[in-house]
Amino acid sequence: MTLETRTYAVTRADLVTYAAASGDPNPIHQDEEVARSVGLPGVIAHGMLTMALAARAVESWFPGAEVVSFGCKFTNPVVVPADGAAEIEVAGEASEEDGLTTVKLTVTCAGQKVLGMPKAVVRA
Amino acid sequence: MPVDQSLVGRSFPPTRPYVVVEEKVREFVAATGGEYAGGAAPATFPIVLAFDAMNAFLEAESIDLFRIVHGEQKFAYERPVVPGDVLTATLTVASLRQIAGNDIIGTVSEVTDEAGALVCTTSATLVHRGVEA
Repeated sequence: MTLETRTYAVTRADLVTYAAASGDPNPIHQDEEVARSVGLPGVIAHGMLTMALAARAVESWFPGAEVVSFGCKFTNPVVVPADGAAEIEVAGEASEEDGLTTVKLTVTCAGQKVLGMPKAVVRA
Repeated sequence: MPVDQSLVGRSFPPTRPYVVVEEKVREFVAATGGEYAGGAAPATFPIVLAFDAMNAFLEAESIDLFRIVHGEQKFAYERPVVPGDVLTATLTVASLRQIAGNDIIGTVSEVTDEAGALVCTTSATLVHRGVEA
């Protein structure tokens, strides 16, 4: 079953809010200079923020469902511009077996996949 | 400087007990653009505990946080996290590899409740970008 694609916008201000809420003060998510000094293309979103947005999409598709497992690789950075926003698209395909629903996700930013093999298993 | 190989298999002390309060869950949900309506915390909320454990580990090993990029993250849940939970995370270094001047550090953190019951297991791969990388 194909699920309705969700789109979320991420701004630099969102990165500041997420850093405080999650307790991840890594400056590569705030400071252009530090990010570039370690070879990144610019300020990047927390992988965990992108993952949280993917989880939000799953929650929107299966409201109240208990999540059994959730995982992904962070394959490409989500570069967040100083002005404007990065747009993250979350698409999903669901299949059911033995009372568990497996949701295979495709998470992209500017047409590029940013998460590797993102997958959630929920008890819907 | 490469990360010390002898770390593999080592467990770090449990993090200080963390009390899950509605206010923090609401803040976390809001930070991901949502609105908290009560009940279970979002699936990725236990990262708050895992970060505590990871930051303590990085500090103990004098690894600069700004050189760390998240490579992979997995959660396996025994039950959802709910307000009122008192949780601690215990981190173990599961693997360590060097690729192209970067250290690839595999960690597993077990999040347990006040009774010592497992709430979730989170595994994180941390990429430590070498100075020359």
